[in-house]
Amino acid sequence: MIKVNRNGEVWVFAEQHAGQMEDTPLELMGRARTLADTLKVPVGAVLLGHNIDGLAQKMIQFGADKVYLVEDAGLKDYQATSYAKVVCHLIEKFEPQIVLYGATVTGRDLAPRIASTMKAGLTADCTDLRIGEHKVTKTGELHENLLLQIRPAFGGNIIATIINYERWPQMATVREGVMVMPQPHTTRVGEVIHEKANLTPEDLPLEILEEFKTERKVNLKAANIIVAGGAGVGSRDNFKNIWNLANCLGGAVGATRAAIDLGYIDHDHQIGQTGTTVRPKLYIAAGISGAIQHQAGMDESQKIIAINTDPEAPIFCYAHYKIVGDLNMVIPMMVKAIREKI
Amino acid sequence: MPYNCVVLVKQVPDTKQISGKVMKDDGTVNRAALPAIFNPEDLNALELALQIKDKFGGTVTAVTMGLPTAAEVLRQSLFRGADDAVLITDRRCAASDTLATSYILSCAVKTLKYDIVLCGRQAIDGDTAQVGPQLAEKLGIPQISYVENLSDLKDNRLTVRRSIGNGHQIVRCKLPVLLTVLDTANEPRVNAAKHMMKHKKALTPIEIQQKARAELPDADEAAVAAKAQEITESLSKTHSVVKQWNLDDIKADLTWCGVSGSPTKVNRIQSVVLAAKEIRDVEPTEQGITDLIHELIQDNTIA
Ligand SMILES: Cc1cc2nc3c(=O)[nH]c(=O)nc-3n(C[C@H](O)[C@H](O)[C@H](O)COP(=O)(O)OP(=O)(O)OC[C@H]3O[C@@H](n4cnc5c(N)ncnc54)[C@H](O)[C@@H]3O)c2cc1C
Repeated sequence: MIKVNRNGEVWVFAEQHAGQMEDTPLELMGRARTLADTLKVPVGAVLLGHNIDGLAQKMIQFGADKVYLVEDAGLKDYQATSYAKVVCHLIEKFEPQIVLYGATVTGRDLAPRIASTMKAGLTADCTDLRIGEHKVTKTGELHENLLLQIRPAFGGNIIATIINYERWPQMATVREGVMVMPQPHTTRVGEVIHEKANLTPEDLPLEILEEFKTERKVNLKAANIIVAGGAGVGSRDNFKNIWNLANCLGGAVGATRAAIDLGYIDHDHQIGQTGTTVRPKLYIAAGISGAIQHQAGMDESQKIIAINTDPEAPIFCYAHYKIVGDLNMVIPMMVKAIREKI
Repeated sequence: MPYNCVVLVKQVPDTKQISGKVMKDDGTVNRAALPAIFNPEDLNALELALQIKDKFGGTVTAVTMGLPTAAEVLRQSLFRGADDAVLITDRRCAASDTLATSYILSCAVKTLKYDIVLCGRQAIDGDTAQVGPQLAEKLGIPQISYVENLSDLKDNRLTVRRSIGNGHQIVRCKLPVLLTVLDTANEPRVNAAKHMMKHKKALTPIEIQQKARAELPDADEAAVAAKAQEITESLSKTHSVVKQWNLDDIKADLTWCGVSGSPTKVNRIQSVVLAAKEIRDVEPTEQGITDLIHELIQDNTIA
């Protein structure tokens, strides 16, 4: 257990696979920088792997003051046991006050294992992180400069702010796509600290026999325009309207979980709390009621147009343009209008 | 070769049923107003354990930590084919976060024989997916999370396919190991008449006590205790007494349980309020739509 520590660095676990840096740690670097600046401490990136020293520079360009680099043949493939051992060793040695992970499959596998060893608090799937204070109601004790770990809870119906002030480090995993990736600065300088892994065979209990990657066909995060359909679209066939409109706008197609559960479209297209978070210039929501879980993934879009037959649909509470009508009529009209104008 | 599986199951409020009615004025959720269900992915974990038993023999033990009413998910497990069930219930477990929960569960699991420990990937009331990996660490065994299927099990080694988000891995590991199971792994079986007949009356000691009291409303303590003893003996014949343990039974160190064992605290809870933005009405007519598209082109929203 790490003693209460408010001077340590802010760390980001720099998740990479086969030499390829994940997006989420890069997204996290921007926020880690802000948190660290508020606390007046450096930002550290924790980079584990094999033949990956090129990535250390990348982390510096994205805002790291220090990169803790551990290279070892045993770290080539991610395994919870080996990675947790090495990260715990670094935490014990360098005593960061905050450690952040992307809420990726790997981050969600690794962070709890580390938290358990360190007996530290961990909050899953945060959507926001800030520095703030907390007053303990019973004792009146005031804790300053705490990491406020903000996340949706209870199926997204409430937003909870979680803290931990008794044990250190403060740790959180952060949802993919919710933080804006900073611009890299090629001239930034930082320090690379080399550490040893010291792995034993027991640290590598898994044999990874095979791995297949399916390229993500849809890149919702990069799209400027998204046309999304919900259960109100009515059928897989009607979904062609959505594809049509997206095509003529050069946009991507999104969907609600209900539309996916109904088999109108593949899971890759899901937007929301358990899907992708997007913030395009234009979001057209057709036949979508606007449940909070869906809203969580799209309400930072610059412009939202909602098409719904129900004038009371919750989506109209956060849309910018309200079209009360049948999407099967409205969308073809939009396609026609666009074709005529452009 | 037979294998012993321990499955961790949880009773959760059905968060899909949340509506305005279950939100309290202070923005918190009135859990009591929601139906309590078997956490969906725990059913997939149980199914995988039962498949292992069907194929290789061995035992399946379902374990839960919760209120006395959580015995319901244990009965559901017995009805599906679990051999044994354990309820960990103790007021001192209250307010445990994932770290304290995994500690308490580890104390219980350590007293059981296991080759494979199975959990659902995550519970729908918290969606954290943390208890599985934390439990594996506390047991000092490897973990494989996001398991989609079991492709092989022999010579004390298991091979599974796990999801890595944008693909899959085939992973082999020596037993013992902890798996967290995804909802795509299998189609959980329903209750089997055979098991339901056998365990129809499965009860925890607390429930046996309540039953004895209900049957003898006016009797004295001694008579109720005798009745409870009688019920227990008759249920034992069909292995239908659900084991009930408190923190002392599993020799848990109280420092690591409940509030004192939970580093995470709630700073505040807010309900999600939909703030109405300024909204423009657009008529669903050719004219209305054409004007809208024109405006979006003018302000460069669409090129
Ligand atoms: C833990 C949890 C996580 C979740 N995560 C997500 C997530 O990531 N993403 C997500 O999307 N959902 C998620 N959900 C589900 C979410 O709660 C809603 O159920 C879902 O978003 C509803 O989808 P929908 O709007 O398409 O369907 P509905 O709510 O059924 O809405 C359909 C809408 O279409 C309108 N309509 C019907 N016909 C027409 C027509 N011809 N023209 C125009 N409008 C029409 C109706 O008026 C209605 O408003 C989650 C739920 C839970 C509990």
